Amino acid sequence: MNLHGTPLSIVIFALFVAAVLFLSFFFARKAKSAAGYYAAGGQIHWAVNGISFAGDYLSAASFLGICGMIATLGYDGFLYSIGYLAGWVVALFVVAEPMKRMGKFTFTDALDAKFDSRGIKLAAAISTLVVSICYLIPQMNGAGSLVEPLLGLPHWVGVILVGVIVIVIVSAAGMTSTTYVQFLKGGLLLIFSTILVGFVLARGLSTEPVGLDGGAPGGEMTVEATESQLVEQGYVLVHTTGSLQKYDRDGATTWWKREADGTLWRAQWTSGGVVNGVADGVLEPVGRLRQIGGMSAAEAAAGTGSVSPVAFLAHLTHPETRVEQWQKQAVTDEKDAKYVVYSPKTVTGTDPMKPGVKFKVHTTTEKLNFVSLMMALFFGTAALPHILIRYYTVPSPACARKSTIVAIASIGFFYVLTLFLGLGAAVNGTVNPADNNMSAPLLAMSFGGVLFAIISAIAFATVLGTVAGLIVAASGAVAHDLMDRFGRMDLTDRQKVRAGKIAAFAVGIVAIVLGIVFRGVNVSFLVGWAFAVAASANLPAILMLLFWKRTTAAGIVASIIVGIVSSLGIILTGPEMFAGPYGLTAEQAWHPLGQPGIISIPLSFLALIVVSLVTKNRRVAVEG
Amino acid sequence: MLHEPARSSGPDPASGYKTRLGVVMFIIYCLVYAGFVLTSVVAEGRAMQVIVFAGLNLAVVYGFGLIIFALVLALIYNHLCTRRERELGAAAGGKGAGA
Repeated sequence: MNLHGTPLSIVIFALFVAAVLFLSFFFARKAKSAAGYYAAGGQIHWAVNGISFAGDYLSAASFLGICGMIATLGYDGFLYSIGYLAGWVVALFVVAEPMKRMGKFTFTDALDAKFDSRGIKLAAAISTLVVSICYLIPQMNGAGSLVEPLLGLPHWVGVILVGVIVIVIVSAAGMTSTTYVQFLKGGLLLIFSTILVGFVLARGLSTEPVGLDGGAPGGEMTVEATESQLVEQGYVLVHTTGSLQKYDRDGATTWWKREADGTLWRAQWTSGGVVNGVADGVLEPVGRLRQIGGMSAAEAAAGTGSVSPVAFLAHLTHPETRVEQWQKQAVTDEKDAKYVVYSPKTVTGTDPMKPGVKFKVHTTTEKLNFVSLMMALFFGTAALPHILIRYYTVPSPACARKSTIVAIASIGFFYVLTLFLGLGAAVNGTVNPADNNMSAPLLAMSFGGVLFAIISAIAFATVLGTVAGLIVAASGAVAHDLMDRFGRMDLTDRQKVRAGKIAAFAVGIVAIVLGIVFRGVNVSFLVGWAFAVAASANLPAILMLLFWKRTTAAGIVASIIVGIVSSLGIILTGPEMFAGPYGLTAEQAWHPLGQPGIISIPLSFLALIVVSLVTKNRRVAVEG
Repeated sequence: MLHEPARSSGPDPASGYKTRLGVVMFIIYCLVYAGFVLTSVVAEGRAMQVIVFAGLNLAVVYGFGLIIFALVLALIYNHLCTRRERELGAAAGGKGAGA
């Protein structure tokens, strides 16, 4: 797929970046103290903080990843929306006010408030860094995906661009500039996502969608044929692997997907230019309805016209509706050359509108994986360091509570929109089969260049806002938790700010490198792992500290370490890593669990309880 | 005005009430959320494809319901917390812990 930036998209993008940098330098002179740098002085209004929460939380994973996942997998992507939002309930009811009461600059401050333990400082700082880096990877990856069509630049340039801009934002004014960048981005994301959904509903549904640039989705790539027709046209069958067939004609290769009834669908494929599974620029956008339930073929082709939100979903859920979904397969041909083949498959409307396309629940392992994912999403939000530090930017616990409610309202509304954005992309021929992260911006492109430019620029700002929050959290862990408090370097206020800026620079560089290495992986999937690590490493410690008086410092340290090691250990030895980054097969994994939460969260609780009971004589501070 | 040092907010007489209320509401939501997860898992998720309202299946209705329910509970929680903060603030002759 060859998409190039238009002058308009470049101008809008430049305006966004200029506005963000202006904000950063405007606030720079007002954030000279450590409190100003790490916590925006604790004086942000709760309503502003609430929208900033949304700007912080609604990351590339939400806007790009979830919409992309819904576009290719249907309802399974929406599970992330539900889980991500539900996690805010834990934050509001259990965590918000106590975190504000106990903390100062970082999540570590709150955990350590009753103990003054170097072990907690070290463990919590490491946990903050691990979770932040897990979370940073998909954000940077999303930035690279955006810059390709927006500015016509390579993926790695986008990653570096985001890294540099965010380092400038954070270094300029820390949490103060980050707050207003997130506020701006959160507000714009909500407004323009609503507008885009409005366009989708106004267009309605059709089996002949507009697609990009007025062309049919998939271009010539969704040609239907029979074997005899291909032979008549001079195609020669040279290789068959499963349901995929390779034909040559006049020296050119084509791959076809064979249906059970003998029909062949022309597939898309990539070979030599593939990097981490991403296409080398030859793929056409795909995704369409083949049939709309309750309508004749002619009516379906003419389209429904504008529909209500309920009617939009009801049409897609209809048992007679047929949706074209695209599958990816890595295959080798008769010469042992490797190909990645993308082929269409027709499914009934009911299939993608319920859980089970990606997260199957047939076997016990699949059920455990599903429950594990939903646990991690539910318990992860309230344990994300970059979210927790936003509780220190408001004046009081009551303000922390109110800002969380504003966050729930705005984030919940956005997540409702994701279902329409993702499904809209799925049926409007705007899914890049090799990189579904671009589904929402490409959907916007089908409504014209202006909306695409605005949505892409907002998506880019989305990445900026979240990455800035993550880098503030990570730099706080390094400079405040590790250097100043754990290392007892006894830094002056000015030195703390300087150390934070240097740490921000270092974390930014790490993020850039990882963003380039992990190109092409669905951003929401990676964030799901970040949630699992956060839920395992941090939440048991937070909850037990608040609600179990026998908790000891050693118990908290044990809980964090066990949480990190077990969650990361399960992920790194699991099927997703073997089938993905390791280049092996899922069957070679050490165990079948793709999601660690169902093991690692209880294990972390158990570690805290056992170690606290064993070390109860050292429980001075809690009882004091 | 915005960038004074982070400040501590002093004692909060309503904190015990808010903690108990928060735990109760958390458990309520937890049960409803667990119901969603179990419904998706039991019988291979077939219940989720049953049409329950205006052509929408249980998966969509329950999913949207969870999002809306979170907001409703949050508003109720805030209302009760704010009321208790005002009551205790008035009883103490101060303005309470509200924002």
